[in-house]
Amino acid sequence: MSFLSYLINGISLGSVYAIIALGYTMVYGIAKMLNFAHGDIIMIGAYIVFTCVSTAGMHPALAVLLAVIGCTVLGVLIERVAYRPLRSAASPLAVLITAIGMSYLLQNLALLIFGANTKNFPEIITLPSLSLADGQLNITGTSLLTIGVCVVIMAALMIFIRKTKAGQAMLAVSEDKGAAQLMGINVNGTIALTFAIGSALAAIAGVLLCSAYPSLTPYTGSMPGIRAFVAAVFGGIGSVPGALIGGILLGVIEILGRAYISSQLADAIVFGVLIVVLLVKPTGILGKNIQEKV
Amino acid sequence: MLSKWKALKKTTRSNAITYAIVIVAYLIIQLLSGLGLLSSLFTGLLVPLCTYVILAVSLNLVVGFLGELSLGHAGFMCVGAFASAFFSRCMEQAIPASGVRFLIALIIGAVCAGIFGILIGIPVLRLKGDYLAIVTLAFGEIIKNVINVLFIGRDENGFHFSTKDALSLNMSADGDVIINGPQGITGTPKDSTFTVGIILILITLFLVTNLIHSRSGRAIMAIRDNRIAAESIGINITKYKLMAFAISAALAGVAGVLYAHNLSTLTATPKNFGYNMSIMILVFVVLGGIGSIRGSIIAAVVLTLLPEMLRGLSDYRMLIYAIVLILMMLFNWAPKAIEWREKYLSRLPFLARKKGESTGKEEV
Repeated sequence: MSFLSYLINGISLGSVYAIIALGYTMVYGIAKMLNFAHGDIIMIGAYIVFTCVSTAGMHPALAVLLAVIGCTVLGVLIERVAYRPLRSAASPLAVLITAIGMSYLLQNLALLIFGANTKNFPEIITLPSLSLADGQLNITGTSLLTIGVCVVIMAALMIFIRKTKAGQAMLAVSEDKGAAQLMGINVNGTIALTFAIGSALAAIAGVLLCSAYPSLTPYTGSMPGIRAFVAAVFGGIGSVPGALIGGILLGVIEILGRAYISSQLADAIVFGVLIVVLLVKPTGILGKNIQEKV
Repeated sequence: MLSKWKALKKTTRSNAITYAIVIVAYLIIQLLSGLGLLSSLFTGLLVPLCTYVILAVSLNLVVGFLGELSLGHAGFMCVGAFASAFFSRCMEQAIPASGVRFLIALIIGAVCAGIFGILIGIPVLRLKGDYLAIVTLAFGEIIKNVINVLFIGRDENGFHFSTKDALSLNMSADGDVIINGPQGITGTPKDSTFTVGIILILITLFLVTNLIHSRSGRAIMAIRDNRIAAESIGINITKYKLMAFAISAALAGVAGVLYAHNLSTLTATPKNFGYNMSIMILVFVVLGGIGSIRGSIIAAVVLTLLPEMLRGLSDYRMLIYAIVLILMMLFNWAPKAIEWREKYLSRLPFLARKKGESTGKEEV
């Protein structure tokens, strides 16, 4: 029974990773860049909810909506100011370092506004926990909601990409920017839309993450951000279902490793599995293997 | 004199300037400290500064000349630091001469880090681009994580190992815990000085510049510019990739030795050996100009001193640091900014630059 409850905890944590990994994977697929500031957008989203609920006493649903809007605006703004001017730079590393600078900027901004001490994230998810098998297996409401939200987001995103014009435009831009432009697709607009979706998802992930682990500091987002990035690579970066598979696998491995092997070595186990997977399948589980041509 | 200088090869001149900058900086700082003009804060920064310079130059070998993105450089530094600190700690009584002991520690640190570089490089270098970056990051985190659960002690029966805690080492009463898990190694002899650091920088520069201009160096750069073309003219890709990677790792190990022998307590925290550190070194390399050795040195020095110089602004200093970093990247790399610079700044005679120089790729 304890194995089952660890498994469910793992899937729940993995769902959060999957939602964050979506942001990484979509941005990577379309703009071919690693957005290191993505993890910090999660943190900003969590702080917005914290301020709205704990300080201003707003209704949680309204606070989450505000966080989603705030993060979307922030994501688009960052893309416009810091990433777009460097899109055609001579080295792809330039935009990577700018993203790292952006990550420092967001962390220190949060440090200045909210201070370094840990904030206790308010309990905004008030679903009752589910008791199965005569109370031996307890699933918290937060876990259930997290898994549910992840499934809904995945389904919505798949439908959005397959069925709408904007989604098709995204696919086209990720395939070939120049050709997409010639077909009349607004490339800059499509990339901005990708950042908007990724950042909105980051806000939701921030709320879910802090509901499960309710301590909030300016550095809350950075480690989950890195793990989600690992998850995105794990599943094959650029692939939406890959982010789901990678995220959930990573969450399960982390929780089971913590429970059965060693809690201090959890990171080493997660990264070790990643290395093994990449050595066997160098582009991740669902990644496409593109043959290099002369 | 001048004609002799001009008769030298361009690369020789460029290298001489780099060495001269380091030596002049050393002399100026020695003079200032002799006159008692340096604050204790600044004096304390000198050895870390040397460490960062060595790290930046060695990472530039991988990022700038091999053209692969490595995010695990701090991991190799960690290996070098712990291997050498472990040695120095064990041999403190056996080898009382600090010079000899430090020299052996240096070799041990460099060799251990180099071996790790080869071990990690063999599987990792099959990957490309961002996948390689994430796997090196993963290795760096694993190294840090493993060291944090490692306990090694010594008593009259020899060494004891454990991955649980200091008590499960089962040592006799007078046993000595050398590596104490998350508490790391305490009591490493403080053998690093600024002079040693500068000598190590010069050795690093000598090794890296000579490697780049050798046959092997040209092979490494050929792989960077076009892997398939390089392979088709018979360059052994794996061999040269591994060579650059291992040398870079060994030099990071040297930096680790310098770092470890400057601290009385050596611990592996996310701050000093985590991916944050690797990223910071990468920032030095990219901001200094990818493939520019001199640029790496200058960027490492400026970016280390910048937060300290802004100390008066207390809470705002890291914010300003971040903004400066973003602005410098935009100014240096954005095509529009480069266009603007060429249009306006090139009119000023002392800033006149040749076209394309700002990309820095071919510059050494």
